[in-house]
Amino acid sequence: MSGSTLHDWLLSDAPASRRQAAWAGRYQTWLALRRNKLALAGLFVALTMLVVALFAPLLATHDPGVQNLGNRLQPPSAAHWLGTDELGRDVWSRVAYGARITLGMVVAVVVLVAPIGLLVGCAAGYAGGWLDRILMRVTDVFLAFPRLILALAFVAAMKPGVESAVAAIALTAWPPYARLARAETLRIRDADFIAAVRMLGASPWRIVLRHVAPVCIPSVIVRVTLDMSSIVLTAAGLGFLGLGAQPPLPEWGTMIATARRFILEQWWVAVIPGIAIFLASLAFNLLGDGLRDVLDPKQR
Amino acid sequence: MKRYPRLRALAATATTVPITLFGLVLVTFLIGRVVPIDPVLAIVGDRAPQDVVERARLDLGLDRPLPEQFLRYLGQIASGDLGRSVMTANPVTEDIARFFPATFELATLAIILAALVGVPLGVLAAVRQGTWIDQTVRLFCLIGHSLPVFVLGLLSLLLFYARLGWAPGPGRQGIAFDGMVDVRTGVLTLDAVLARDWPAFWDAVAHLAQPAGVLAFFSLAYIARMTRAFMLAELSSEYIITARAKGLSGGRIVWRHAFRNIAVPLVTVLALTYAGLLEGAVLTETIFSWPGLGQYLTVSLLNADMNAVLGATLVVGLIYVALNLLADLTYRLLDPRVR
Repeated sequence: MSGSTLHDWLLSDAPASRRQAAWAGRYQTWLALRRNKLALAGLFVALTMLVVALFAPLLATHDPGVQNLGNRLQPPSAAHWLGTDELGRDVWSRVAYGARITLGMVVAVVVLVAPIGLLVGCAAGYAGGWLDRILMRVTDVFLAFPRLILALAFVAAMKPGVESAVAAIALTAWPPYARLARAETLRIRDADFIAAVRMLGASPWRIVLRHVAPVCIPSVIVRVTLDMSSIVLTAAGLGFLGLGAQPPLPEWGTMIATARRFILEQWWVAVIPGIAIFLASLAFNLLGDGLRDVLDPKQR
Repeated sequence: MKRYPRLRALAATATTVPITLFGLVLVTFLIGRVVPIDPVLAIVGDRAPQDVVERARLDLGLDRPLPEQFLRYLGQIASGDLGRSVMTANPVTEDIARFFPATFELATLAIILAALVGVPLGVLAAVRQGTWIDQTVRLFCLIGHSLPVFVLGLLSLLLFYARLGWAPGPGRQGIAFDGMVDVRTGVLTLDAVLARDWPAFWDAVAHLAQPAGVLAFFSLAYIARMTRAFMLAELSSEYIITARAKGLSGGRIVWRHAFRNIAVPLVTVLALTYAGLLEGAVLTETIFSWPGLGQYLTVSLLNADMNAVLGATLVVGLIYVALNLLADLTYRLLDPRVR
């Protein structure tokens, strides 16, 4: 009963408060997203990963770091659900803890990148002139390197590890956000509501932060979700090349790099983290596609 | 200039390119300067006496202020000098010239395969929009977007090399053929053809097939997805409806009318994908022990050979910019609507 009253409250034609109107908008987005089965599947997998990452100590059956050399490279069994690796460590527990590292890196990159890109793009688009030209040339330069290559060179200059991998991916990930935010800003810069705010005496910073940036947020959210998939892949790629998370950390790409030597006989040791990477990346792609259809109908 | 809008657009592109190139060099220079590894110690070793270290430092110009060092670096690059690799003791430019043809061979075959499969798939999905064919193609594309290229490479090795024995193992040629073909272009298949050495040619092709296939799958997804999107937009336009009303056959409408119009944006997509293959090549080359630029880059990275790393990064950046420029120019020149 309370479910249906909540439903009515959310879909009311005459919202009584700003809060109700805001939640009504979000609820409608959710209703639209719910119709897309694939996007829901993506959301489900992403949430499952989040749960695994948060509760890894509870879900893991073994300590991910404890070695048992008498029990190396075992196939999946009741004791070790996904088998053991070359040092006798439990693969399931390592994959579960690996979700922490991968999701942690994804979140760190997004938290670093999205606000910077948004701010740079909005400022460039709103200010125009020389600031716009300089900032866009800077994004051009960063877009002129393939992502993984620039990240590689950057990691090489620092010490390989999770932190430098995050910094390197962030360095290569912000320009598209700036481009996107700039395009959105150009679209609304001359809108009447911006002119109205300006005439009320708002400072340029206030206009950008409070009025321009919020309009760009839906398209940035879509981009972030789709980008998460490529961040997962780049982080795993760096780990695989030995330049991301370092062993004994159970990062998925790093796990594949060490398990690669046993691929011909004990293939599951390498394939299981591979499936984890694939599922994570696929989930963010599905969710991103669904969100794009809902939040940003202009882009196909 | 006003009467030649295309020329004007070209001039605008021509001015942004040098700025981008300058930025590329600046970025690699700055990365090279934040390295915690002392470039002097990398050359003279950490047991060298103090005066040798000092002399090397002076030789490298490391006592000068940063802007001056940068100008010197710019000058070196302009004259084609990327420094000397510590690992191979060769000039980096020479190393890159030796490793590049392998990557070129791999990436070119991959893009051809990807275009041959991806474009028809995309067209098919668009024509049959909403059917199971469309769904299958879209799912296929999603898998291509989500699967890490190194996992696909490993699976492919496991299946085709280890289990089925269809493909030769990693590397570029069999041991029996090693060094048998004169190096002329560095592109092994081409060299074998030039030498009329057919067994060596087939050996090279067999070694090439697997990594190129893996790399092609990687870019196929993007090509098919873009083709489908372009085609869908085109098929819903009015002239197509007119053509249908006139009673033209489906195949004629798709290939003679709609496809002609998407050909130009497709060329752009192909050029961009080709540039993106350089990135996939780094991981693919590692998996298949393919002696290309990507492997050179990663091996140099692991040995902290900064001149080689920055040189290779810069070269990849240059190729990337060149391909982007090429895509832009073909688009402008071929599409009469962009004026």
